[in-house]
Amino acid sequence: MIVEIGAFCLILSLVLSAAQVSLSVIGRVRRSAVFYGAGEGAAGAAFLMVLIAFTALMYAFVTSDFSVANVAANSHSAKPMLYKVAGVWGSHEGSMLLWCLALTGFGAIVALMARGLPAAMKSVVVASQGSLGVLFLAYTVFASNPFVRLLRPPVEGRSLNPLLQDPALAFHPPFLYGGYVGFSIVFSFAIAALVEGRVDAAWARWVRPWSLAAWSLLTVGITLGAFWAYYELGWGGWWFWDPVENASFMPWLIGTALLHSAVVTEKRGSLPGWTVFLALGAFTFSMLGAFLVRSGVLTSVHAFAVDPKRGILLLTILGIAAGTGFGLFAWRAPKLAPGGLFAPISREGALVINNLVLSAATVTVLLGTLYPLIKEALTGQSLSVGTPYFNLTFAPLMGLAFLVLPVGPLLSWKRADALGALQRLWATAGVAVAVALLVLWVQKPIHVAAAVGMGLGVWLILGVFVEIAERIHLGRASPAEVRRRLGGLPRGAWGMSMAHAGLGIFALGACFETAWKIEAAQALSINQSITVGAYQVQLSDVVAANGPNYIAERGLVTVTKNAKLVCEAKPERRFYPANSQTTSEVALCLEGLDDVYLVMGERRAGNQDQPAWLVRAYWNPLARLIFLGPLLMALGGAVSLSDRRLRFAAPRRAADTGAVPVPAE
Amino acid sequence: MKRFGLLGWILVAVLSMGAAADPSERLADPAMEARAKALFPQIRCMVCQNESIDDSQADLAADLRKIVREEVAAGRSDTEVRTYLVQRYGEYVMLKPAFTLTNGALWVTPFAIVFLGLIAFFGRRRAWLAQGQETALTPEEQALLTKLRASESE
Repeated sequence: MIVEIGAFCLILSLVLSAAQVSLSVIGRVRRSAVFYGAGEGAAGAAFLMVLIAFTALMYAFVTSDFSVANVAANSHSAKPMLYKVAGVWGSHEGSMLLWCLALTGFGAIVALMARGLPAAMKSVVVASQGSLGVLFLAYTVFASNPFVRLLRPPVEGRSLNPLLQDPALAFHPPFLYGGYVGFSIVFSFAIAALVEGRVDAAWARWVRPWSLAAWSLLTVGITLGAFWAYYELGWGGWWFWDPVENASFMPWLIGTALLHSAVVTEKRGSLPGWTVFLALGAFTFSMLGAFLVRSGVLTSVHAFAVDPKRGILLLTILGIAAGTGFGLFAWRAPKLAPGGLFAPISREGALVINNLVLSAATVTVLLGTLYPLIKEALTGQSLSVGTPYFNLTFAPLMGLAFLVLPVGPLLSWKRADALGALQRLWATAGVAVAVALLVLWVQKPIHVAAAVGMGLGVWLILGVFVEIAERIHLGRASPAEVRRRLGGLPRGAWGMSMAHAGLGIFALGACFETAWKIEAAQALSINQSITVGAYQVQLSDVVAANGPNYIAERGLVTVTKNAKLVCEAKPERRFYPANSQTTSEVALCLEGLDDVYLVMGERRAGNQDQPAWLVRAYWNPLARLIFLGPLLMALGGAVSLSDRRLRFAAPRRAADTGAVPVPAE
Repeated sequence: MKRFGLLGWILVAVLSMGAAADPSERLADPAMEARAKALFPQIRCMVCQNESIDDSQADLAADLRKIVREEVAAGRSDTEVRTYLVQRYGEYVMLKPAFTLTNGALWVTPFAIVFLGLIAFFGRRRAWLAQGQETALTPEEQALLTKLRASESE
């Protein structure tokens, strides 16, 4: 019964979304407050209905109701509760429902909580968000309904892919979808700007918190995914330039570009058309990602629930939404006021270079992802575009962006003194070059690209400190004045510094780990050991360790360094009978910022009829930084978001208290 | 002494590079094993979902690793090994697309965008300079400014 209520509410939310569109459009045409309000109410109700549907599906998963096709295909009665809940979004149908939940949820937030937004513009935002809701809800109801019942329910479900039964992956989709769909609000704001023909500082100030929120969620989602790949796939890789990873990375790159260009539009009124273009682009890439992941046009490590028919439908949705958006852009954008001019050497100029490189990087990722399809369609030959391609194209582009990054915040708006900025950075540059040379000299085998990357990482991190020192007039003002300025720095400034430092930290970890990780593998009997880097890895014992839905062999591994105990690790090799699939549970020994990464392999015949197990050990130096860096970036986004000048009602409150609003950083 | 230390480091590095592979597959000669190991990340495991044969535990990946090791052991150069694999399995087997004319768009586009973008961006300098001249004060504005200054100094 509860499942039927869910199915009913899902259909109702589709109807309500359609009502949301028509009521808001009528309201906009008649300029009627009653219709505006009705449209906003419908948006709230649509969200409520999807929420009920989502809860109903979760109920079906938690109670293991195998008469529901989706539950039977993706759950199992013996599965731990966390994965029963996470199973809701572990399948195609369930994850589309999560997508719709986020889409209507964000729409409801704007409709019901965004006060102070001009009524006409708000109605267009609500109508646009409703239209997206109609498209995706119709798809979910008619082509991917998670509430379909089975005529003959099986006794037991087919269970979730064991690789996906993991805490990091349980929380990964909500973050990722929050990010993907968060850009839908930005998309709707762009539509509203084009319809109203108005892109100004106020508009940019409305767009920025949403892009920041979506960007931060997406950053966390991608990082969790990378961390999952790192320890679950069992060979220590964390980024494979896989089509599914690329699908999540493209909206992130465009979102990053949007964050920066929106600053220019807000502060200087420049680049309005470009900012609107990026706002449309971010969600378009989100939709493209949804299509690529679900259609099966590309093979991937992460591919799930692949179905060509649904692919065509998703492509149609993408075509309708993006086509309308960019069509409107082509028609209306030329009428937007061009905004202030600026010299090439200026803060705006640096941000334009940032946008140029990020756009080129996005096109590179897009091309690398789709080129095999294009080539196969044109010539019938298939080829692969893998990591070596991206190392030669994407990495140098990012290197260019990293080079410019610390200079940008030191330049003034409109027209800047490049020489002055460089003078303040010469010491930083010196240290960065010294670090690169030191790495080149000390680390063997020689790896020039990685040494350059380390230098750039140091350049970014120190550049952040130079920028803060500059803002608080360190060394130029009295200590009391410096302290006052430090306390007065807006949270937006701290957020930016954290994000930039996080990028530098990531660069350090990624370059070092990729270039100089050390690996060893050996079939070990009990009490035999191997050496990896400075560590001795001994297999002390192997015991049986059975879980609720798997049987496993657990190795007890002792890791020592110079005869001193580092850690006792317990890697496992699991067999899941429900899927007849074997997985390895990696054990990580945390050694400062390094990881000792241990994998239990298959059982083999060893010497003297003793059983042996293939043990793989990796020393991944600075691997911790690869995941801490992006988390710091996301935290920076959250800190920026908490800046009171970016809060929804901030301009109005400032007016109430008579304070002069200051532009946010 | 210093040179000896360096050699030691290289030896350690080469040995550890060779050590990662499954010991039952490894070649006896560490230098050859290192060469084979350097080739693995460039070669696709064709039945896998976008993995190189270095990463994959599939049977086909093991077979391909065996073929690469045999070719290296037989004294073929890296290029010869790659050519052999492409002849046998098609271009699809290489994770790095060849620098050919048909792949030109793939390799050139990223850099072309940045290059053309920079040209267009610095081309705006003209607009900036032109605007700089336009914003010179009109005679009326100049008169007003003089008047204001005079009133301020009083």
